[in-house]
Amino acid sequence: MKYVGQAIKRKEDPRLVSGSSSFVDDLALPGMLHTAVARSIHAHARIKRIDISQAWKLAGVTAVVTGEEIAGKCGPIPVAGEIHGMKKPVMHLLAVGKVIYVGQPVAAVVASDKYIARDAADLIEIEYEPLPAVTNPEKAIEPGSPVIHEQFSDNIAYTFGFETGNTEEAFKNADVVVKERFVNQRLAPVSMETRGAVATVQAPDRELVIWSSTQIPHLLKTQLAVMVGVPEHRTRVITPEVGGGFGSKLNVYAEEGLVAYLALKTGKPVKWIEGRRENLACTIHGRDQINDVELALKKDGTILGMRAKVVADIGGYYQLLTAIIPQLTGLLAPGAYRVPTFKFDLVGAFTNKMATDAYRGAGRPEATYLIERIVDCAAQKLKMDPAEIRRKNFPQPSEFPFATSGGVVYDSANYEKALDKALQLADYAGLRKKQAEMRAQGKYMGIGLSSYVEICAMGPSVAMPAGGWESGSVRIEPTGKVTVLTGASPHGQGQETSFSQIVADEFGIGIDDVFVQHGDTARIPYGIGTFGSRATAVGGTAIYMAVQDLKAKLAGIAAHILQSSPDKIVFEDGKLIAGDADKSMTFGAAVTQAYIARNLPPGMEPGLDRTRFFEPSNFTFPFGTHVCVVEIDEETGEPKITKYVAVDDCGNVINPLLAEGQIHGGIVQGVAQALYEEVVYDENGQLLTGSLMDYALPRAHDLPMLELDRTVTPSPVNPMGVKGVGEAGTIGSTPAVVNAIVDALSPLGVTHIDMPVRPEKIWKILKGRKAS
Amino acid sequence: MLPVSLQTSFPKGMLMTQRVRITINGKLFESDVEPRLLLTDFIRGVAGLTGTHVGCETSICGACTILANGLAVKSCTMFAVQADGSDLVTIEGMAKDGQLHPLQQSFWEEHGLQCGYCTTGMIMCAHQLLARNATPTEAEIRDGLTGNLCRCTGYQNIVKAVQSASGKMRQTQNVAAGD
Ligand code: FES
Ligand code: FES
Repeated sequence: MKYVGQAIKRKEDPRLVSGSSSFVDDLALPGMLHTAVARSIHAHARIKRIDISQAWKLAGVTAVVTGEEIAGKCGPIPVAGEIHGMKKPVMHLLAVGKVIYVGQPVAAVVASDKYIARDAADLIEIEYEPLPAVTNPEKAIEPGSPVIHEQFSDNIAYTFGFETGNTEEAFKNADVVVKERFVNQRLAPVSMETRGAVATVQAPDRELVIWSSTQIPHLLKTQLAVMVGVPEHRTRVITPEVGGGFGSKLNVYAEEGLVAYLALKTGKPVKWIEGRRENLACTIHGRDQINDVELALKKDGTILGMRAKVVADIGGYYQLLTAIIPQLTGLLAPGAYRVPTFKFDLVGAFTNKMATDAYRGAGRPEATYLIERIVDCAAQKLKMDPAEIRRKNFPQPSEFPFATSGGVVYDSANYEKALDKALQLADYAGLRKKQAEMRAQGKYMGIGLSSYVEICAMGPSVAMPAGGWESGSVRIEPTGKVTVLTGASPHGQGQETSFSQIVADEFGIGIDDVFVQHGDTARIPYGIGTFGSRATAVGGTAIYMAVQDLKAKLAGIAAHILQSSPDKIVFEDGKLIAGDADKSMTFGAAVTQAYIARNLPPGMEPGLDRTRFFEPSNFTFPFGTHVCVVEIDEETGEPKITKYVAVDDCGNVINPLLAEGQIHGGIVQGVAQALYEEVVYDENGQLLTGSLMDYALPRAHDLPMLELDRTVTPSPVNPMGVKGVGEAGTIGSTPAVVNAIVDALSPLGVTHIDMPVRPEKIWKILKGRKAS
Repeated sequence: MLPVSLQTSFPKGMLMTQRVRITINGKLFESDVEPRLLLTDFIRGVAGLTGTHVGCETSICGACTILANGLAVKSCTMFAVQADGSDLVTIEGMAKDGQLHPLQQSFWEEHGLQCGYCTTGMIMCAHQLLARNATPTEAEIRDGLTGNLCRCTGYQNIVKAVQSASGKMRQTQNVAAGD
């Protein structure tokens, strides 16, 4: 039985569809108390006075804490992603002296139930002296702007840049230069389960146990131990079922530190569950870059060089990886093309908003958007077919590994093959014909392409802020059942199933004989976690390596008993078969020998338990082409997606069901950036999109059925040849949609339109045309 | 209906409660609750049925969808006292005799869930959809599910799951009718 490559139903699902799985809010511990947080209502203000007396009077309140207490007792919010020379403001878990964004935690209460905790938090009186809010990142970095962190001279968080080749020369020699300004708006990750944590101090060892809805249990354990001053070996983080993350739970948040501190302080279990309004205001945001891009080309469409000036809105402070996310944009900006010269200039700007950080794609969607848009702008100017300009600039498969002007080395690809497959699947020629017909009737129909490449399997440790390896442990129990422990921390991706497939195939046993565990730092060897499309390519590889070690050991045992040689032993159908001797023993019998240990080959240790740490030599670089077709309603301006084709190449696929699911979800998130979603702060720094009534998530009726296919170019970076697929859809889709809309409106002279492309923006263009 | 003023907090020692009797999945739960207790908190906290989730508290996401007297409702914006005397079905009441409901089975088969957080509410909503229209078109399914948000799946496999469940449920009905 071969499982790898098959669409195996998920092992995770029976508990999830029946409602019996346990998310963090489902935890009820005896004597548990509840926390609520009083938050800043101002974007920028001095705290004059905090009066907690009314809150204390409420029956059921057991603790009230403010920044003054916390700052002396707990370490600040950790920052792992650093850029050389960046300004480093210190953020305490609760505000001290000043608030710098709406929603910033100012005080916390603990009470016997969550209703009372909420009441008490509302009874805390905070007197503020408002200060001018800084909300526009470009104005924030101008001289004369009010300064958010007064210990610094300005709001420039950092600058970063590089130049590959001589762009000045390239632009001088160009036949054509296209220039555009792209705004990549701020987004909210909005996992359907908000954040939440429970902490308790467990007898008899006074172990601090924290359940958190996180993507990084081990990193969180280390950070919380340091933050609240408990030895790390007496700190344990458990991730129960996690209801989505999309990068937003790849972080260490103030509230996680607070519940840990409050559990230590009260001696009771303490729970905090984030409300949706808190989630929109105080969980990290994503994107928020302004990109001024110039592309230099020859008349025939050959790219000579590119310049990108990026202003990234950091928000008020750094969360774990905030600073380095826009750096990734620079690495990937050349996209799937030969861009011989490239200059990248980045400024990070502090503003009075929530911090930005890793949201699905994290810096790569911004890169893909800028390159895929500017290439389309060039095609439009040169009157070239968007497919042809792409084809012209693709590096050929023989050129891989391909070093880019972004400073990375792409592992393997065949961009043209994916493009051709997508064009064929979409019937590109037919679509262009239909477009001509519709245009003749005065209708607006557009076809948008996006030939993306992305960075996955994060990644080599040298390129990562806190380790890029992953751990994998495989233990074969004496009864032949296999326990797999992974340092990755899946939260919907389905690795309990896909890792079981890998292990079952290698050992030649049934998938139900394999059990995958994750997300408990007391059980699982130290790991990094799930993000950056790394769980399978890095975490899966660690498991694969551990399995190979155990296979070698079992083969040794079998060869010893069957009088064969280890290299002749094959694992198949629950048996270890000595190919040369036509003899075999069951998998279980070989395993038993390892534990009984009376007849082992000389020098072999008993037991079957192996932990490996996989350090990848490079990232992987999945790619593909998406084709989006839109038709525009002339009356309302509404762009309707009538067809969406995606051909993705994520290397070898363990479980196509799961890979497709990732692509579906990713595409819809990317489409939502193009059409609906935007976090909006007003000029006073007030959040206008503070509930799901105002922040528009895509709904079931917004899209047609997506048509997917793939090409398979294995990655040479890991033994299974996998690349990763968690973010591809999000990265590839956004520009495809905007390109389609601009294409639809191009007869009106439209060359760009900023996201989200809501109907009113198009309607205004159409109305302007009618008027003229 | 309770006056809105009762939703606000009570000074020390003034908490008043009201007795409610609510049947959930065929079992009666009787409890003295504050008038402001949300139905979701009754289901999750008092009855201990944590398969009903909360994703927005504002009737937008549908994670908290249950059946109340046969109708799909969002339990996050109902008070427990409003459900006094009601007959509720939650996700825990869907499987019968250890057999998953066809909707649960289809969500599993079609990979209609990833993190699973929206799933329980999605299934309850789909249940009503199919009760009203046993053979919905793709567009009808998509429209019928607009009150439920999923951030993971992009909805495609959810639509397929509902289609597949519709087929399964018709088959069982046909079998039953043929008896
Ligand atoms: S929690 Fe009830 S609709 Fe979102
Ligand atoms: S499966 Fe995660 S929100 Fe729907």
